[in-house]
Amino acid sequence: MESIENVISGSCSIHEQKVIIDGKVGFEGNIDWSMPEFLKKVYKNFEMKYPKFYKMDPLTKLGFTTAEILLRDKNLNEKYDDADIGIVILNRSSSIDIDKAFQLTIDDNDNYYPSPALFVYTLPNIMAGEICIRHKFKGENTVFIRKEFSAKFIQDYVSLLFQKKKAKVCIAGWVEVNHTQYKSLLMLVENTIFANSYDSGHTFDTNAINKLF
Amino acid sequence: MQYPDRKMGKVFIESDNIISSLGFTTEENVCGILQDKPGIRIYNPSQLSPTRVPLSLVETDKLNGIFSEFDDPENFTRFEKLVIASISNALAESNIPVKSKDTLFILSTTKGNIDLLESKKRSLFEEERKYIWNTAALLSNYFGLKNEPLIICNACISGVLAINTARMLLESGTYKHAVVVGADILSRFVISGFQSFQSLSPNPCKPFDKSRDGLSLGEGSSTMVLTTDISILAEGQQISVIAGSGSNDANHISGPSRTGEGLYHAIRKTLEEAELKAEHIDFLSSHGTATDYNDEMEAKAFHWAGLAQVPINSFKGYFGHTMGAAGVMESVLSVESMKRNMLFHSYGYGNHGVTVPLNIISGHREAEMEYIVKTASGFGGCNAALIFKKDKL
Repeated sequence: MESIENVISGSCSIHEQKVIIDGKVGFEGNIDWSMPEFLKKVYKNFEMKYPKFYKMDPLTKLGFTTAEILLRDKNLNEKYDDADIGIVILNRSSSIDIDKAFQLTIDDNDNYYPSPALFVYTLPNIMAGEICIRHKFKGENTVFIRKEFSAKFIQDYVSLLFQKKKAKVCIAGWVEVNHTQYKSLLMLVENTIFANSYDSGHTFDTNAINKLF
Repeated sequence: MQYPDRKMGKVFIESDNIISSLGFTTEENVCGILQDKPGIRIYNPSQLSPTRVPLSLVETDKLNGIFSEFDDPENFTRFEKLVIASISNALAESNIPVKSKDTLFILSTTKGNIDLLESKKRSLFEEERKYIWNTAALLSNYFGLKNEPLIICNACISGVLAINTARMLLESGTYKHAVVVGADILSRFVISGFQSFQSLSPNPCKPFDKSRDGLSLGEGSSTMVLTTDISILAEGQQISVIAGSGSNDANHISGPSRTGEGLYHAIRKTLEEAELKAEHIDFLSSHGTATDYNDEMEAKAFHWAGLAQVPINSFKGYFGHTMGAAGVMESVLSVESMKRNMLFHSYGYGNHGVTVPLNIISGHREAEMEYIVKTASGFGGCNAALIFKKDKL
């Protein structure tokens, strides 16, 4: 795997009430705000205008928002075929918060009101689906569950997708929510062989990925 | 002796297992299919559902009986027992070095130990056990596997993606062997969720049939052991997995695309990777859930991909939709179909019920097969396809 051919041409990370864009603070909230409260402020600050955002569960909101900020002005659909744009997301806790919320609606027979609006978010790949819908990405997408963030796995797997021609560009990273703990990092990874033009970025290697995380 | 081209780095299926309502081995499952004995039964209200519902359940007493040969059934969850029993059975026939750094473990599941969220079960096991990463670590340790497990949680295409991920990592030389297991249990959680979508049929499901009115849920586990090490394989006929791809509809998170474009892309890319054309494909194992929209979407995609004339079936009429297990289980059965030169009947299909003509298999029949396609589609708009080849060593 020739990592030198792949570059990180953009990144966005959201955690501890901060939005970090390409390594710099792009928006900062009050540390006392809850995560949903903070994400609502982020949504407004970056003028996202996508009302469906309000229907999403916190995990999907976090993944969606991170991708939305990462992909501003990137015009991927102009540079690449929709079917060549891939997504690889790692996460630790799957959709545990919404799973618990849904379970409460069905636990006993006298109080049994399963809600499709909750159930639909009880899969972590729904966030990849929402990003695909929003940006018309039709390529390979996979959600891996992993105990810890792994820069090496992300580097190896995305490089493999490029090598196997499964994608020509990839949105890759980590999106995790567990109760009040949350953290996201999504990177735009381009292959310099496929890209006819790309923003000068960092070499896609574990050092650069770990620095962004 | 004839050697196939590109023999080096090719990924072969070395061993497998299926646990479903039809039985606890691949052979028992194939027998159930050949005898046309589906495992979907209608269950009265119970702990699993406050309403009457058709389900395909693994026999609990038998599972515990088989499991007690390995360990104490009390110390493991239903999900873990299904996985351990399936892997153990597959490994009993396998020659891969399980505990080597060359062996990768991939778990495909949508919900893992989801029943541990139930108020009645909440205190039976430690809190961490509710997390899929923890369950995977426990399973990996149980078999002494050395590498950190990969866990694919990508709705109903997880199993197909798991096999393809293993294939790519083996072809690239990162690992030499892989134990791929797909599993999910039926729980109140999953049943009520699908009920809330009104996607369950009141009767056993009938994929691609005119009178189909929804899916049936099933549970189970299935293992596929893959290897690139031909020295541990017998000479003669062997099955390889040669290509695979995924795609997204970018259309709707809980409904299939109306056009089939996403699934078409997954099939097209897979054929391209295998350097094959639609006319080379001898059999297609569809996702075929028996919901109105899913089967219609698949029919359009198959037509678009030039596969409408290929013999097609859905295995869901036998054991329902087994979610995270489905992709692996149905791949194992498709491979059995190819090995036995026998196309398996698409159970529940009688009158054609999609707007595109398709060659749905009616009745088991003998046929030579060289290349077969397996597809899957799922929530989040995801689709995936694989190609298996009848190879020779």
